[in-house]
Amino acid sequence: MNRVELAELAETVTAQQQSCRLRLLVCCGTPCVAAGAEAVVAALREKLAALGNPADLELVGTGCQGPCSRGPLLTVLRPGQPEQVWQKTTPELAVSILEAELQQAPVPDENLLPADWPFFTRQTRLVLANSGRIDPENLEQYIACGGYESLAQVLHDMTPDQACDSVVQSGLRGRGGGGYPTGLKWQLVRKGSGSRKFIVANGDEGDPGAYMDRSLMESDPHRILEGIAIAGYAIGAEQGYIYVRGEYPVAAQRLRKAIKDAERAGLLGSRVLDSSFSFRIDIRIGAGAFVCGEETALLASIMGRRGQPRIRPPYPAEAGLWGCPTLINNVETFGNIPSIFSIGPQAFNAIGNGKSRGTKVFALCGEVVNNGLIEVPMGIPLREIVFEIGGGLANGAAFKAAQTGGPSGGCIPAEKLDTPVDYENLQALGSIMGSGGLIVMGEQSCMVDVARFFMEFCLDESCGKCVPCRTGTVEIYRLLSRICNGSASQRDLQTLEQLCQMVKDTSLCGLGAAAPNPVLSTLRWFRAEYEAHVSQRRCPAGVCTMDQLPLHLLGEQLLQRIAALRCDGEGY
Amino acid sequence: MSGDCCEHTLLVDDPRLKLVERAMKRLQYQPDALIEVLHTAQEAFGYLSRDLLSHVAAQLKLPESQVFGVATFYHFFTLRPKGEHSCIVCTGTACYVKGAGEILNTLEQAAGIKAGQTTADGRLSLGTARCLGNCSLAPMITIDDTVYGPEKPEGAVDKLNRLLEVPHEQG
Repeated sequence: MNRVELAELAETVTAQQQSCRLRLLVCCGTPCVAAGAEAVVAALREKLAALGNPADLELVGTGCQGPCSRGPLLTVLRPGQPEQVWQKTTPELAVSILEAELQQAPVPDENLLPADWPFFTRQTRLVLANSGRIDPENLEQYIACGGYESLAQVLHDMTPDQACDSVVQSGLRGRGGGGYPTGLKWQLVRKGSGSRKFIVANGDEGDPGAYMDRSLMESDPHRILEGIAIAGYAIGAEQGYIYVRGEYPVAAQRLRKAIKDAERAGLLGSRVLDSSFSFRIDIRIGAGAFVCGEETALLASIMGRRGQPRIRPPYPAEAGLWGCPTLINNVETFGNIPSIFSIGPQAFNAIGNGKSRGTKVFALCGEVVNNGLIEVPMGIPLREIVFEIGGGLANGAAFKAAQTGGPSGGCIPAEKLDTPVDYENLQALGSIMGSGGLIVMGEQSCMVDVARFFMEFCLDESCGKCVPCRTGTVEIYRLLSRICNGSASQRDLQTLEQLCQMVKDTSLCGLGAAAPNPVLSTLRWFRAEYEAHVSQRRCPAGVCTMDQLPLHLLGEQLLQRIAALRCDGEGY
Repeated sequence: MSGDCCEHTLLVDDPRLKLVERAMKRLQYQPDALIEVLHTAQEAFGYLSRDLLSHVAAQLKLPESQVFGVATFYHFFTLRPKGEHSCIVCTGTACYVKGAGEILNTLEQAAGIKAGQTTADGRLSLGTARCLGNCSLAPMITIDDTVYGPEKPEGAVDKLNRLLEVPHEQG
């Protein structure tokens, strides 16, 4: 396929979609399938078959549409009319909607989501533009949305240097959590010496409570491939790898199919879009190790070894896979690339706040009414995410904290709800942007217990290579357990703080260096809760059971028993 | 090491072994492909026995220590046979906040085993996962790869009991 043929195909498919008087998009993301989306699709398919499968009615099984806790979701599109979305769709409801449409009768408004629902209206969807709009396994539908047009533009109108410059101008920063400027990284790898260079897309989404990458890979796999191919041209690589987390078999299968389809259409492989650029992408499946999110550990894992990090420098940009310069970006970062070229780097840069440009995808979960996947402009106040998009807390409970960044992040208290959500502001609060998990917690969550939960995670996931992380996380966990069971003293609290600082300062890689963050941030914002555990042996949230005694109380008890034994002769 | 590992004599004409051989051939016996090969091997056999790991090491010309090192490093690989059915309780942050701990405790009591163990009759393996990425369904569990959520302790036990009522497939 060449550029002209690509444009023609996009036009043909778009025209065909517009000629449909009705397009029914059923979300087939995992949460919707668990809620019964397959039955909805089957019922609609049966109904359409009974009608003789008319060409102007189209049924599409899409990727994630967003409000995952309200599935199965059904979006109805008609040319020239606003779209409508139904939640908790049953097969009967879906068929009755279709029948009403065909008879041009009013559609049932049962379970119909309001058109001005903030969950949708407050979002800015760039990376997720096609998620929930297209069949992820259908290349033509991606092309109809302007897919691979950015790649064609870069290959034919730009030099590799210009492509790197555009990414610099866009202000895009790494979406995996680190926030390193993507364009600079590209330029570094481009300048790296060596005849072979590699690209790695990090899809090893290990943070508990985060599923943005999974959803993106499952809902719009071609977007990631296009982003990687553009990067390949820009830095001068001919081979890319996508490292997919082992727990995400569907994502791996869809990416594999997407690669095969793109190669067959001449959008990947040799002589991409009739240019002199050749590029191959392969999938590597992770095997369940959180530390593989760290870039040097990830590289070791791709090369078939234990995923243990090594000291940097040399950075992967100089010596990565098999010693060659290697570009590592998160899959969401690559998902941003096609948008940068389709809307232009300036327009991309116009979105955002301060040094954080563009949008960020969050997995909004926990005690919030609207659970789901959202994409918001950088700098949006946290309050708006939780209370407008998220609809506030379930059952009207009071907001206590929002946890961002998973085990490497921290908890943001209620008094900081007006903070703009961007890299710098979250860091100033002792949390991080992280990959995008955002867990809302109400009054019934104990912050010490949450910190202990994350520390248990880190001690289990520590690869064991460096001592501060391997033993430090265990010791911190023990201290937190003592605080939770009522046997800690004031001194333990001091030791805890010192130990956290030590592990943070001396660990080899990001896992250990960030592991104390949940403890430090909860100590900073919820110190009273720690104090209540230690000095009053009371858990304000009522989560922890204080069934142990601190040493000094044990001693006192012992003395009392001895005294009692001496005075009245009663033994124990 | 050997204590954690199960002996299992490999038979040359075992069709499962042929799958593994084919994967190694496709990957040109490259040592770098070790993790891919182990994935295929575990898919075929259900677990990685000591003999299987030794065989893979010999074929890829890797020291056995490295193959064992990799197989034990990653959570995904198991050196023991799994039960006929598997139930996994997600203990990711969202599930944790919404009460996954209680579900796990109830299931452990009902099944009489701890997470990570298999019942003596080999019918059921109970496990936990760090996060299965279905946070909007929190708290969630999977039973034989089917996702259920939001789940309650009693509901989870009911589902498990119903599953185990069905007699053994191979008789």
